[in-house]
Amino acid sequence: MAYPKPVFSPASPTSPPSLEPTPAATRPSILPDLARRARGVVATTLPPLLTLLLILAVWQAIIGDSYGGLPSPKQVWLESKELILNPFYDNGGVDKGLFWHVATSLQRVGIGFSISAVVGVLLGVLVGSNLWAHRSLDPIFQVLRTVPPLAWLPISLAAFHQAQPSALFVIFITAIWPIIINTAVGVRNIPSDYVNVAKVLRLSPIEYFFKILLPATTPYIFTGLRIGIGMSWLAIVASEMLLGGVGIGFFIWDQYNASRISDILVGLAWVGLTGFFLDRMVALVGHVASRGSAAS
Amino acid sequence: MAKAYLSIENLSVTFTKGATRSEVLTGVDLKIDKGEFVSIIGHSGCGKSTLLNVVAGLVPVTTGAVILDRQEVNAPGPDRAVVFQNHSLLPWLSVRENVSLAVDKVFGGAKSAAERKDWVLHNLELVKMTHALDKRPSEISGGMKQRVGIARALSMEPKVLLLDEPFGALDALTRAHLQDSVMEIHSALKNTVLMITHDVDEATLLSDRIVMMTNGPRACVGQVLDVPLERPRDRLAVAEHPTYVHARAAVIEFLYARRAA
Repeated sequence: MAYPKPVFSPASPTSPPSLEPTPAATRPSILPDLARRARGVVATTLPPLLTLLLILAVWQAIIGDSYGGLPSPKQVWLESKELILNPFYDNGGVDKGLFWHVATSLQRVGIGFSISAVVGVLLGVLVGSNLWAHRSLDPIFQVLRTVPPLAWLPISLAAFHQAQPSALFVIFITAIWPIIINTAVGVRNIPSDYVNVAKVLRLSPIEYFFKILLPATTPYIFTGLRIGIGMSWLAIVASEMLLGGVGIGFFIWDQYNASRISDILVGLAWVGLTGFFLDRMVALVGHVASRGSAAS
Repeated sequence: MAKAYLSIENLSVTFTKGATRSEVLTGVDLKIDKGEFVSIIGHSGCGKSTLLNVVAGLVPVTTGAVILDRQEVNAPGPDRAVVFQNHSLLPWLSVRENVSLAVDKVFGGAKSAAERKDWVLHNLELVKMTHALDKRPSEISGGMKQRVGIARALSMEPKVLLLDEPFGALDALTRAHLQDSVMEIHSALKNTVLMITHDVDEATLLSDRIVMMTNGPRACVGQVLDVPLERPRDRLAVAEHPTYVHARAAVIEFLYARRAA
């Protein structure tokens, strides 16, 4: 059984490619690069700014200068100018600039959220890696996570008797569920290849935890942390309204009692912007910590 | 062959899931000498990957035994380094760090930090990957990832190197390149290699012996074929060598003609 040998025919001759350099490629310049970057910044910031102006204009047009009820943007500016322009004043007591109110709230969120991050990740690892822990704890977590943050407040007040630890507890209990659940999902989804690599290398449990488990679940953990920080910011504002003292939630409630609606609107803007920056910050940390694999 | 280096003796593997028991392998006997390159070929689902995982220690033996260098295998370890089909590099580590993880763990006590660093570089040089030391796995091609996987396995100085369809996910040209690299490394280091493949040409070109598995369930060794081609082998020169052609035809005959009946 013999097949004929394949015969190769020479490729048809072509003219050699021209070696003349294209003039554009000879002198690279950084100017076009800068211009492109500037255009990119404008393209992302201009649309939301224009939309904001449009919303303010429509708002102004609808409300006009009629007093009573919701103030127009112009009235907000006239009535709360001092509050907007000077967030850092401190006249003692609760008469402080908005920065100090937000800082107090942020401090509470920072403490409560840090505790829930540590406890949540550890519990998530336990639930994700142990079948019996999963079977016994997961249903309980699934029920508890649906309890609204404020529903925990009476219980924590009854347990702690003081405003500060109660607020911290509400933050903790609100933020922990998404952290636990996402961490557990991440641990269960560690590819078996990574586990096999760890087995072949005979990594000890501690080495496995730090070298395989934590880096492999980092994107999931940060998804949980992002949801958690958003929820704890929701919870702190609401719980401060009830607890009093200093804090952005209390500020809003206080202005409502004083019928200063325009101050409330300024407070709302601060709450929204702070929440936005918190979310961005956690996303950025996650992006860096997971070396680019978690979305930011 | 009374004292084989790697010896698989009357091995059976049964998976039990709930009430269903499935016998994957029954009565597998195989002896491999030191420095030998042995391929295991068979149709999908014949249990050849299971066999490799048993040797790796990732799947427990049901009955029988796997003995490597006079010691029974019953857990995974770096003396049986595996190159997995889908490279399984850790995506958060760079090329260098992926190999360092293995080197630092295996030689943490035996070599100084500087020696370990050199050893990592040496192994990446073997697979020609020193140009991408600080790249992440996501930044390099599939063939390069597999090269790093091979470097990681070699860096453990395993007694036997286990290749689980190492080139299965690569395109034909890249695959040929890697096969040549593996042949070069094998002739330089004289490793004992056990390779799973479903590619007849790959098995014939690389192996000293080809182990053909019968179809599962209850798969066993159907036939063992010697490939007495001298090394180094050149893929162009051996392509028409009578021994190569004959061996290749025998494997195809086993896989397609005989099993179809």
